[in-house]
Amino acid sequence: MTDLSHIRNFSIVAHIDHGKSTLADRLIQSTGTVADRDMKAQMLDSMDIERERGITIKAQTVRIDYKADNGEMYVLNLIDTPGHVDFAYEVSRSMRAVEGSLLVVDSTQGVEAQTLANVYHALDADHEIVPVLNKIDLPASECDRVAAQIEDVIGIDASQAIRVSAKTGVGIKETLEAVVHRLPAPKGDRDAPLKAMLVDSWYDSYLGVVVLVRIIDGVLKLKDRVRFMSNDTVHLIDRLGVFKPGMLPMDQLGPGEIGFFTAQIKEVRDTRVGDTITSERKGATQALPGFKPAQPVVFCGLFPVDSSEFEDLRNAIDKLALNDASFSFEMETSAALGFGFRCGFLGLLHLEVIRDRIEREYNIDLITTAPSVVYHIFMKDGTQQDLHNPADMPDLTFVDHIEEPRIKATILVPDEYLGDVLKLCQDRRGVQLDLTYAGSRAMVVYDLPLNEVVFDFYDRLKSVTKGYASFDYNLTGYQEDNLVKMSLLVNDEPVDALSMMVHRDRAEMRGRAMVEKLKELIPRHMFKIPIQAAIGGKVIARETLSALRKDVTAKCYGGDATRKRKLLDKQKAGKKKMRQFGSVNIPQEAFISALKMDS
Amino acid sequence: MPDFIPADDWRSGGFGLYLHWPFCKAKCPYCDFNSHVVANIDEARWEAAYLSEIKRLAAQTEGRVLQSVFFGGGTPSMMSPDLVDSILRQIRASWPAANDIEITLEANPTSVEAGRFAGYRDAGVNRVSLGVQALNDGDLRRLGRMHSAQEAYTAFDIARSVFDRVSFDLIYARQDQSLADWKSELSQALSMAVDHLSLYQLTIEDGTVFGARAAAGHLSGLPSDDLGADLYLMTQDMCGAAGFDGYEVSNHARPGASSIHNRIYWQSGDYVGIGPGAQGRLTLDDTRWSTSTPLAPTTWLSQVERTGMGEDPRDIVSAGDHRTELLLMGLRLREGLDKARLAANGIDTDAKRIRDLIHLGFVADDAERLRVTDAGRPVLNGVLREILAD
Ligand SMILES: C[S@@+](CC[C@H](N)C(=O)[O-])C[C@H]1O[C@@H](n2cnc3c(N)ncnc32)[C@H](O)[C@@H]1O
Ligand code: SF4
Repeated sequence: MTDLSHIRNFSIVAHIDHGKSTLADRLIQSTGTVADRDMKAQMLDSMDIERERGITIKAQTVRIDYKADNGEMYVLNLIDTPGHVDFAYEVSRSMRAVEGSLLVVDSTQGVEAQTLANVYHALDADHEIVPVLNKIDLPASECDRVAAQIEDVIGIDASQAIRVSAKTGVGIKETLEAVVHRLPAPKGDRDAPLKAMLVDSWYDSYLGVVVLVRIIDGVLKLKDRVRFMSNDTVHLIDRLGVFKPGMLPMDQLGPGEIGFFTAQIKEVRDTRVGDTITSERKGATQALPGFKPAQPVVFCGLFPVDSSEFEDLRNAIDKLALNDASFSFEMETSAALGFGFRCGFLGLLHLEVIRDRIEREYNIDLITTAPSVVYHIFMKDGTQQDLHNPADMPDLTFVDHIEEPRIKATILVPDEYLGDVLKLCQDRRGVQLDLTYAGSRAMVVYDLPLNEVVFDFYDRLKSVTKGYASFDYNLTGYQEDNLVKMSLLVNDEPVDALSMMVHRDRAEMRGRAMVEKLKELIPRHMFKIPIQAAIGGKVIARETLSALRKDVTAKCYGGDATRKRKLLDKQKAGKKKMRQFGSVNIPQEAFISALKMDS
Repeated sequence: MPDFIPADDWRSGGFGLYLHWPFCKAKCPYCDFNSHVVANIDEARWEAAYLSEIKRLAAQTEGRVLQSVFFGGGTPSMMSPDLVDSILRQIRASWPAANDIEITLEANPTSVEAGRFAGYRDAGVNRVSLGVQALNDGDLRRLGRMHSAQEAYTAFDIARSVFDRVSFDLIYARQDQSLADWKSELSQALSMAVDHLSLYQLTIEDGTVFGARAAAGHLSGLPSDDLGADLYLMTQDMCGAAGFDGYEVSNHARPGASSIHNRIYWQSGDYVGIGPGAQGRLTLDDTRWSTSTPLAPTTWLSQVERTGMGEDPRDIVSAGDHRTELLLMGLRLREGLDKARLAANGIDTDAKRIRDLIHLGFVADDAERLRVTDAGRPVLNGVLREILAD
């Protein structure tokens, strides 16, 4: 066990491309934690999808042994946190597990909204924050300007900011020294009853559930019997250790230390982030503050394109859920799409990651229906229900009113795009809360309905600002509004998977946009097809897809029989991909594309 | 549906022979036929190979009455009349010929080839199909053709004086072609037509120059779906009015002058396929086989020379595949298919899908035959997908 005074625990706060992983790699490498030859780029990010997107979902840690310039050995524990807003709660827990942060800002870019959100988590956790200006090797680097911006926007002293090029290695030594000398040592009492915070957990096919913990007080030993305070389960520690970054076994972990254990736990669901772990006997009585169970906020239907793959989908979802307690699912049937699952996610990124993993790792083509938020439906009889799926909307005559979730959105945007951003927020029923400037960039804060953001807000924002805006949000609560369910009818048949909740005032506009989009997306058939949007029985928008007039192969001779037959067989298979509806085939991409708005 | 369906009787569709000549003077930018441009062709080697293949296949289909021979390509009018003569001699020696046997040769309408027409006739060819493609020089150039309109007219006149039966091909729905342009060109074509016309809408095929240009967005002026449909309907009307009924999607003939050979394909008869890339269908011992040959001319040629067999391993055409082919090919014909034959092949012509199509006006309500109406023919692929949907 290392003495508290020689431990430093820290995280790195950064925007996606600002070089967090490269810096982490550099720290690991320069201290000899990993031999050069074993170094692969972005050591800490292990899942493919995450690596491709440059995001980390699971918290990962590495223990670095560092001999400081004063000649003493220090144990530096770096926790790499998920950077994305969808995982805000996970981030806040990881932050509570360490005492300080390196705030990495790309010196060619400046502070981004995501950086801000995570800095606030760090400040909430009372972190000491050391600013690091990265990418100083690039010609576009503007350290002074960015330092000033950090002071303006975040309000912390940036005069001592360390100037680094994670790429070339400049400033790495200074960064390590700053971690030792500028960040506080953890506190803790090794004689107190055990108190450890569950920082994260994941499923490993060999080891079962691996739990990442920060020891607050007391000592955790191999073969200890421990209690999880949120669900009062008891487990026997059968493996204990630290990450360097490979697993290194240890007999015990003391206060201030960060490490992992396994205890024959089968499901990630039983290990909740933020939970307090104590000894079975003579344990702590008071849990650590701030624990809350994960709450999905965005729901959508996932259906296999090929209905015969439903069981494969079930299997894939079961497997993924093993490792992701925040992801919820239940079976759903749709008239248009057959059997599938209604799944709940922490946010849109979470949704995309899970969907991509199912498609990629399990090789199942999916139809994803419109993401929906959770509405609170207040019935006239005084009861309340949560609506996860617009298709389940109860009869309006029994509904008193509906509430929807709202968010506080923070957007940082260069001046010249401000007008477009304000318009976008206004169009999405936003209420401006704040507008300030930091240099040539504006920071706008809006109160927005989550419903208006879950779908394509981020895409739109990127496109109106040519990618220069950054965006982050947090949920603020529920608010009543004039919401209605809009149904889409194709060839006079309602398509449940396309129904959605909209604000009454925006229904006509959305309805018109949807029917126009569907008219483009549905291929012409041999008969004309009316496409309508309706609220209750009232049609609010209508288009007609005219009949196909020509589809015939001009030339077909003996030499073509085989080829043309195979082509037809292929089209038949393709037709399976197009969901048969009434007698109209709706291509799978229509279910999502139809919802994308051009404004 | 019964599990076992005896193979369809080849007699319901007839019996013919297709012989592929894989060479051309130049490669047209729209063409995805198995055609190649080479400097030298050793006709003697090709002759020997063709003759040997004819003998080999005749041995397997002995005694069948041959209704048609078709020299296709490529550009078979590059063959010398002597080569054609030698091939036809071997064919006549190998199978009994029907009294009205049709022997067609595809010819390009240049002066060089026209000079061989009489020789082909003397060898036994009794029908030519000329690849005229367009009747104006601008479009002929854009289609990459080696002949002018005037040359085509001259070749056509020679053909008409040599043969009783002359057909020619035109490609329409070309780049920047308006309804009015095609109307006048088609009137001109109809005024000179003898007994048969093939009118194909330009198809952009993968793997051709046009295909690559279209994929890169560099092929402008192609007709919209609607203009394509209007061009097609106008073509049917004008041909019908001139006495050339559209007996198939793209083929028009005076009464009784439709092509026997192509009917064998469309009626899913048996046909021997000889030459590089030629395909065949043969019903032997109650099994229907699909035959194919190596595509590359030299591969085919040397394989015949080395092994005495210019064929790939054969595939069985399953009952299901045969059902698809029957419909795919047969519904192209205006007269459609005999319902009794379809029933014998396990096709339910009273299925709901077909009744729906009758209701929509795309399939005719006919007790004897399953046939697509004039309204259904322009969307035949859609009709087929419906009928064949699982
Ligand atoms: C085997 S090809 C060519 C015969 C002969 N070599 C010639 O070019 O005249 C038979 C006919 O198919 C038609 N054809 C070929 N490619 C086509 C395409 N891409 N679209 C429409 N018709 C086509 C042409 O009318 C052509 O005459
Ligand atoms: S269209 Fe005729 S001449 Fe042109 S390449 Fe094809 S086969 Fe040869």
